[in-house]
Amino acid sequence: MKVFILIPFISVWITLWGCSTPESGVELLGAGATFPYPLYSKVFYEYWKATGVKINYQAIGSGGGQRQLLKKTVDFGGSDAFMSEEALKNAPAEVLHIPTCAGAVAVTYNLPGNPEMRLSPDHVADIFRGKITRWNDKRIAAVNPSTHLPDSDIVVVHRSDGSGTTFVFTDYLSQVNEQWKKEVGAGKAVNWPVGLGSKGNAGVAGLVKYSPGAIGYVEFGYALLNNMPVALLQNRSGRYVQPDTTSVSAAADVPLPEDTRISLTNTQAPDGYPITSFTWILVFKEQAYGRRPKHKAKVLVNALWWMVHDGQKYTMPLHYAPLSTKAREKAERLLKAMTYDGAPLFNGA
Amino acid sequence: MAPRPYERPSPRWQEAAFQKGILLAALAIVALLGAVFLSLLFHSKPSLLAFGASFLFEKTWDPVSGTFGAIPFLLGTLLTSFLALAICVPFALAISIFVGEYFRSGMLSSLVKNVTELLAGIPSVIYGFWALFVLVPIIRSIQMKLGIFPYGVGILTASIILAVMIIPYAASMGGEVISLVPSDIKEAAYSLGATRQEIITKVILPYSRSGILAGILLALGRALGETMAVTMVIGNSNLLPSSLFGPGNTMASIIANEFTEATATLYLSALIEIGVVLFLVTTVINIVGAYVVKKTSLGG
Amino acid sequence: MRPYRLRLRATKDNGFKGLVFVMSFLSMAPLALILFYIAKQGLSSLSWGFFLEIPKPVGAQGGGIANALVGTFLLVVIAALPSIPLGIGAGIFLSEHREGAISYWARLAVEVLQGTPSIVLGLIAYMWVVVPMGGFSALSGGIALGIMMLPMIIKATEETLNLVPYALKEASLALGVPYYRTILRVVLPAGMSGIMTGILISVARIAGETAPLLFTAFGNAFMNWDVAKPVNALPMLIYNYATSPYPEWHRIAWGAACVLVGFILLLNLFVRMVIRRWKVQF
Repeated sequence: MKVFILIPFISVWITLWGCSTPESGVELLGAGATFPYPLYSKVFYEYWKATGVKINYQAIGSGGGQRQLLKKTVDFGGSDAFMSEEALKNAPAEVLHIPTCAGAVAVTYNLPGNPEMRLSPDHVADIFRGKITRWNDKRIAAVNPSTHLPDSDIVVVHRSDGSGTTFVFTDYLSQVNEQWKKEVGAGKAVNWPVGLGSKGNAGVAGLVKYSPGAIGYVEFGYALLNNMPVALLQNRSGRYVQPDTTSVSAAADVPLPEDTRISLTNTQAPDGYPITSFTWILVFKEQAYGRRPKHKAKVLVNALWWMVHDGQKYTMPLHYAPLSTKAREKAERLLKAMTYDGAPLFNGA
Repeated sequence: MAPRPYERPSPRWQEAAFQKGILLAALAIVALLGAVFLSLLFHSKPSLLAFGASFLFEKTWDPVSGTFGAIPFLLGTLLTSFLALAICVPFALAISIFVGEYFRSGMLSSLVKNVTELLAGIPSVIYGFWALFVLVPIIRSIQMKLGIFPYGVGILTASIILAVMIIPYAASMGGEVISLVPSDIKEAAYSLGATRQEIITKVILPYSRSGILAGILLALGRALGETMAVTMVIGNSNLLPSSLFGPGNTMASIIANEFTEATATLYLSALIEIGVVLFLVTTVINIVGAYVVKKTSLGG
Repeated sequence: MRPYRLRLRATKDNGFKGLVFVMSFLSMAPLALILFYIAKQGLSSLSWGFFLEIPKPVGAQGGGIANALVGTFLLVVIAALPSIPLGIGAGIFLSEHREGAISYWARLAVEVLQGTPSIVLGLIAYMWVVVPMGGFSALSGGIALGIMMLPMIIKATEETLNLVPYALKEASLALGVPYYRTILRVVLPAGMSGIMTGILISVARIAGETAPLLFTAFGNAFMNWDVAKPVNALPMLIYNYATSPYPEWHRIAWGAACVLVGFILLLNLFVRMVIRRWKVQF
């Protein structure tokens, strides 16, 4: 009996003890895009092993990343949709977009035998608008003469949460298909005309993986990691391109603006994959806000510096394209511009 | 000299402190409820002002254009909850009759009662997990055989798992109320030559009508607010549900999906306004249910 | 004279009995199926490493649920701390004051709060704790869960105390024991089994809750004992991993589901033990 009385007291004591232990390392909290989550979870795990700094990244979607950063509940946000001019103007302070890698939004599907599939931009738009509803539709068969297409329904899968991946995908479709632009438009969350919704890149991949006849859009790595086939998309030059680090790097090899906010979709590059995007980490330029201590801001800058240099070696094994030299230079310049109370934070790697 | 009677210091202040303490506790609960409701209203103000009553009639939910309407989710919630209720009521009735009439005591009765209680204890996310991996493939293969779009997930699937989850709630009151039916009216019916089945359907059930109804209302209240299991298998489509076999969405599910990322104030307050609607709907059902419970336990 | 349609009615009688039996057992089938499926998929994941390690990055083998276990523990403690005293206090009030305006409103509030969907309480905790604190934390998650515990504890307390016979109270008062002591030292202990049951059942309930934690406790990839920071929790881990496409994560999720359901079953067993040992029969 007495033991049971002790249990609550011990529990409370343990709980309070947890709060007062001096932090063995600084902890950072980030939230946002699921697009780079496989990369970030690996990178932050390795960084923790190397330096003891815990970077807790929660993949809640790019919309969540932007919002939580603006609300200052997280140290940094992750987003594959760069903030619009208007959003930047309405932000409480200047927000920097630090690119961390480039990736492809692949169109993945679930058909028996994992056949190769070629799709043109209009096909993709029509499928996701619900205008093409069966796999053996004449239009798809026309560009896939050697593939056996089953006579079954196409089950469209899209994101149920606010997603940068959705933004990249719909941005591309808006550029290549007039009706899509008129009817649906581009955004992190759109009014999908048809299909099932699932949470996160992981949710879409999961649903497509287990639903026969399904088609969805996911960051390329998710499809590969799960042995799911991806479609070859016809790019602006007319070629059918497979998403991989080469075609992504080709599409990303463009002149960048200083703030790196640029859309890589519908690339001019002849070998580039048409639905490519950078993914960014969003931070406030001036780090002295709220009750942020200076050392925390320093840890953040150092961690981000590591990410765009040493951390890049983890990109290719996970099927992301590392930053090009030009992109990395811009990232370095942005990181050096971060300040605390006006004074630059970065002082050498 | 007579010994002085044992005098204790008058515990006036402890007495008063105790009385005040429990009074404060009770007031705190009322204050909590008020604060909850007011907070919800306050934070949904931008959306309330922007849309007014049309929020409840608008069927488009489009964050890009800033149009927010609650109809798809209201419909989704009502559809899944009532369908779940329809599926669960026969089973819940069966359980109530089982433990209330056929097996009032004994091992079988305890078994059924315990299992039903345990059903209520399984967390929602585990129901959702199981439904995702077991129920959805079954539904999908049925859909493929019937020639319907093989979504697998959808309103029907969500309703089925909801039905399983609310059986314990619907059956909770029923068993007790049925066992409390007075023997004399049952015996009167027997003496007139009625069979057991006729007694159950014509005497016991009508008599315990309100207790059973109370349990059903409780189950409905639970179904309306259920989040996790539903969001995992309903298909998360923000359009008006077009068929039972297709995807849909509920009020609880859309909040869970989109809350962490609602960037614009209007978007966020629209989601909170959905929370207000959900809160009001469940509150009304629960109050009605509690009222019926009270009337049955006092009157019977 | 032949009894009116006896054969038909006899058949109906037996048929009905059979129907009731079949349907009752059918209702129990999902529980058996779920428990069986969880055990089959999850038991194989359980190992010492499973309980002591934190999750590994996407794609890596192994890893465990240690941080989720810690997080759930912290959340339960934070939830229980304010709710138990507050709940018992309000329950005593309601049991002592059967009539009255305050009782009426308090009872109404309890009913409404009990029926409030957990996601709405998550919204509340976000508005009341996350925003002022400027961040996500175990504290905010615990508060949401605590609000969920309150109505259950209040109801359990009130109902149990109502069952304690008046005679016991009056005997104590007649002996000169002050009123507050009578309640605290005589009535309350007599009803302890019911109150403990209420507390344990509510703990079992909140240990499995996910919805309110989505935007309060938020989740954590690492181990965290600090209640002012985000924490992982068992049900959240299950939700995230179950909806992912990785078989490795599914395996971990099943193991975690095993642990969670096992914990709840244990609590239920514990409740029965409590009732048997402590229940005072009047």
